[in-house]
Amino acid sequence: MTSIYIAIIVLATTVGEVMQAMGMRRHGEIRDFRPTALGRAVATLARNRFVIASVAAMAVSFFAYMALLTVAPLSFAVPVTAVTYVLETILAKYILKERVTRLRWAGAGLVVCGVALISL
Amino acid sequence: MTAEAARLRIKTWICATVVVLANVFGNFFMKRGMPADLPTPLSYITALFRPWVTLGVALLILWLVSRMAMLSWADLSYVLPVTSIGYVLVALMGKVFLHEQIGVKRWSGILLVVAGVALVSAATPPQTDHGVEHGA
Repeated sequence: MTSIYIAIIVLATTVGEVMQAMGMRRHGEIRDFRPTALGRAVATLARNRFVIASVAAMAVSFFAYMALLTVAPLSFAVPVTAVTYVLETILAKYILKERVTRLRWAGAGLVVCGVALISL
Repeated sequence: MTAEAARLRIKTWICATVVVLANVFGNFFMKRGMPADLPTPLSYITALFRPWVTLGVALLILWLVSRMAMLSWADLSYVLPVTSIGYVLVALMGKVFLHEQIGVKRWSGILLVVAGVALVSAATPPQTDHGVEHGA
């Protein structure tokens, strides 16, 4: 059961977060943080297909995470997030076409090793 | 461009702080309030109304929204490592509030995460090639 929850979390989180980034990229930089402007931004985003899909995917991941917390300790649930990390950095390069510099790869690598050490 | 870069960097730092704190406290309160098991689909819903879980969920919604705002101008490959300082804060909260032991292995892991975060946040700009001119 645990591995099914983990598979759902990893897939849903990766898909959700990459689509979130795509949707926000399409929307453009949020510059105005006054309440009325933020309200207008939310109304625009609520019609953004990528944002809707990403919230749906993250809701799936959230309920699977709730289920995982009941059967696994937090220190086991954490490395799962590190797996999405590697997948998302790869997708950032190939799907979002970001320039993932050597420094960013190095940073991501350090973080993954560190998270593994913290959680194992 | 330097003024623009500085503006973007300050804005990114403020937003990253909100993202990290909302995530860390959200997860901490969720874990604190979760029941021992969730036998039926309905129990997932009722669990959401336990006070600590509700507070945790509210913070996780703030996390989602602030992360979306940050992704509207910053690269995903920048946001990921920079916000991962949260892992370190969770470990430190476990030590301070739950009196968990942090051994040599965990401290070295914490050090690696901090090094990764410092490297990406200090040495690379939040945004690489796409323009910033299109407004919200």
